[in-house]
Amino acid sequence: MRFDTVIIGGGLSGLVCGIKLQKVGKKCCIVSAGQSALHFSSGAFDILDRLPDGTSVRHPLEGMRHLPSTHPYSRIGQDRMKEYVSATTGFFADCGVPLCGNPLVNSYRLSPTGDFCPAWLSLSDFFLIDEPAVDPGARILIVNIFGYLDFNPAFIAAGLEKSGATCRIIAVKLDEMERLRSNPSEMRATNIAKVLDKDYVRSELVSAVSKELKGESAIIFPAVFGLESDSVISEIRNSFDTKVHFATTMPPSVPGIRTQRKLRKHFESIGGTYLLGDTVDRAELSDDNTVLSVGTVNFGDLKLTADDYVLATGSFFSKGLCASPEKITEPVFGLDVDYVADRKNWYDTDLFATQNYISFGVSVTDDFQAVKDGRPIRNLHAIGSVLGGYNALQEGSGAGTAIMTAFRVADIIIEKEEKR
Amino acid sequence: MNVQTNNVSENNFEQCIKCTICTVYCPVVPVNPLYPGPKQAGPDGERLRLKKGVFFDEALKYCLNCKRCEVVCPSGVRVGDIIQSARLKYSKHKPSIRDMILASTDLVGSTATKMAPIVNPVVSSKPAKALMDGILKIDHRRTFPAYASETFEHWFRKKAAPLQSAFAKQVGYFHGCYVNYNYPKLGQDFVKIMNAVGYGVSLVDKEKCCGVALISNGMKKTAKKHAAHNTAAIAGLLGRCEAVLSTSSTCTLTIRDEYPHLLGTDNSAIRDGVLLAVKFLYSLVDRGEIRLVFRKDFSMTAAYHAPCHLEKLGWSIFSIGLLKMIPGLKLTVLDSNCCGIAGTYGFKKENYEVSQSIGQPLFEQIRSLSPDVVATDCETCKWQIEMSTGFKVMNPVSILAEALDVEATVEENKKAGR
Ligand SMILES: Cc1cc2nc3c(=O)[nH]c(=O)nc-3n(C[C@H](O)[C@H](O)[C@H](O)COP(=O)(O)OP(=O)(O)OC[C@H]3O[C@@H](n4cnc5c(N)ncnc54)[C@H](O)[C@@H]3O)c2cc1C
Ligand code: SF4
Ligand code: SF4
Repeated sequence: MRFDTVIIGGGLSGLVCGIKLQKVGKKCCIVSAGQSALHFSSGAFDILDRLPDGTSVRHPLEGMRHLPSTHPYSRIGQDRMKEYVSATTGFFADCGVPLCGNPLVNSYRLSPTGDFCPAWLSLSDFFLIDEPAVDPGARILIVNIFGYLDFNPAFIAAGLEKSGATCRIIAVKLDEMERLRSNPSEMRATNIAKVLDKDYVRSELVSAVSKELKGESAIIFPAVFGLESDSVISEIRNSFDTKVHFATTMPPSVPGIRTQRKLRKHFESIGGTYLLGDTVDRAELSDDNTVLSVGTVNFGDLKLTADDYVLATGSFFSKGLCASPEKITEPVFGLDVDYVADRKNWYDTDLFATQNYISFGVSVTDDFQAVKDGRPIRNLHAIGSVLGGYNALQEGSGAGTAIMTAFRVADIIIEKEEKR
Repeated sequence: MNVQTNNVSENNFEQCIKCTICTVYCPVVPVNPLYPGPKQAGPDGERLRLKKGVFFDEALKYCLNCKRCEVVCPSGVRVGDIIQSARLKYSKHKPSIRDMILASTDLVGSTATKMAPIVNPVVSSKPAKALMDGILKIDHRRTFPAYASETFEHWFRKKAAPLQSAFAKQVGYFHGCYVNYNYPKLGQDFVKIMNAVGYGVSLVDKEKCCGVALISNGMKKTAKKHAAHNTAAIAGLLGRCEAVLSTSSTCTLTIRDEYPHLLGTDNSAIRDGVLLAVKFLYSLVDRGEIRLVFRKDFSMTAAYHAPCHLEKLGWSIFSIGLLKMIPGLKLTVLDSNCCGIAGTYGFKKENYEVSQSIGQPLFEQIRSLSPDVVATDCETCKWQIEMSTGFKVMNPVSILAEALDVEATVEENKKAGR
């Protein structure tokens, strides 16, 4: 089966790259083994919260000047980074995913533990603020769903009260939710969202909360609304005269799942092919290091062929990288992986210290060509968290790297075509 | 470290990272509060069951075995297999007469076909439906698929078999109970296409029901017998055929994956040779080994529904790809949703409401598109959609056969020496 580009992995980076290519008329196929890291996302996109030495970053484009030359952002370069950073909000809006935040300056988001953490852009369910504090005069009503434990209003209240706000917490009991509670499958964000997607349950909630309001200036709900569509979000917002905000819950992430679905739908609506639940398990390379085809578990002897291939298989979590006791490997192509040899240096037993293994990933050239046995593969590019050279967790740069490298590689593939 | 790398259980439940993504995509969870959901019923429950079988929960019977949980699991856990294996292993529920009747598709089919003129009006009559509902607990709101008066096998032996040896290339055909007893036309369409592109067709020797309904109704012993017979018979056929094809996504999945995973039947010698007809045909076209020529006067609008088991196989792209080759066909691909029938599940009185509410989003989308036909590769999806929406449902193979310019196709494939 022939395509212009075959993308392996359908998370944030694979989808962004696929959409950008498909938009200019490239026939793309995305193969994705299972659901991606977006299902667990906070709903905020990070681009560069901190430098490797821990210094916090306010202006990401400024901050990236201090990154080593092997960092994906350095490979992309200042000028292009500026172009991509400015294009991100518009790109996602075209996909039906509204984002908020100033792309040139980091803002702050409210974390599930009540702290204000830096963030670059965020799904519009959430709010971003310029300073890590709220108006000291603010009076906030924090609403939980009775019996829901993956959202802790007390933490959030404590966090907000640090800046002088006054908070009140209520938990609303809903008949329909009680039925869910009798079900041994726990009260989790997604299950609750499914119930709250029903109109009559939501209006029950709105009237219960309206009765409780005592002149508060804002309401905070857990982000358990709108699994299928974000019209539910604006509907809730319009139901109150007071400002309504949503706060991140523990995973799974309802806004993240909705985003994954929307991106996939958009990709398919512009003609892309998305194969969910299939795994690329082999590749055929020519002697001059060109990928000739890839094969999948479900397709058997029928091969996928393309001019270009993109590896967007994620990190350890998504099985884009595999760790065995002795080594770290990339399972599809057997690419070269950058990592430190001594296993003792892979991790720190202090969970909160910088974990080296997070910065391990496949070796690439400055053009993100993947490298095997020391030689670049002409038509295989790697993007997103399968890449090495950056520590998404320590730097706070996960989604940013996924999006920026996806943009860059899409451009490289498009430019190649123009040269031909 | 060794313990870690060497400890993978049969259905890999320990790979579960407790993310609950499977529960998001399970079609039963939002409509049936009695069902614990895939995570709880699957990997979580398995841990307890391994300790003691008493932890088995009969509510696992509400699982449709649609495998949507497996398709989305980021960790590759065989959730659906864990649940079905647990049912087969621990359930104390003895199959009722109703379950046995519903499960014995070939036995019931062979009797009913002989008496089709009597059986069809009887099962669709009001008093019979009331009786079935009252005594057998088969929901009276269901319409029963009609039985054909001549089985496919009978037709094939009489009309088609003598012509097949003339072809240099050969494939086998696993027709399944539905084609044999209810809808021989689909089998005839299949033979028509294969012959047109230069392939002769042989049937599986004394084919038995793939066993899917036996498995879901807890009749493992009989299912295993069927599996052993079919595996051997298919192996025999593969000796002289390029592949053994089926026009049913469920028969295909059952023979390829449920035989080893649920029944413990070793099918490694035949697994790769058992394919859905659309995949085989698509591959031939893709490799340039055959050409399909379509009628110029053919015109149709179709909405394609991917059956759950085809989503699991990952092959709906082949049905869609083939249909897209037909110039006169305007195709819309429906959102991926379960239709709710899940084989014999939706026939049971206790499941009727759940079954219909699962299918609602799909039915609504079909109604809003109002296509000439709905295309799908599964016989039970066909019953469910026809009954619930009134729209005509066709297997993609039948649509291809109808659109095919047979003479031109034969000519084209001969000319090219294909
Ligand atoms: C739990 C978690 C939470 C996170 N939260 C945030 C957050 O809140 N904000 C943020 O900025 N960053 C976050 N990150 C960082 C995250 O890695 C990036 O934001 C980004 O989503 C990574 O996208 P990706 O496309 O590179 O990889 P992934 O999203 O991991 O996608 C990779 C995909 O490839 C598929 N795949 C793998 N191997 C194969 C194969 N052989 N064949 C076919 N498909 C294959 C996988 O199934 C998966 O769907 C989080 C990461 C994790 C693990
Ligand atoms: S999706 Fe897979 S890993 Fe997640 S809870 Fe379900 S079975 Fe476990
Ligand atoms: S097989 Fe289908 S019905 Fe059963 S648990 Fe999985 S998703 Fe739910």
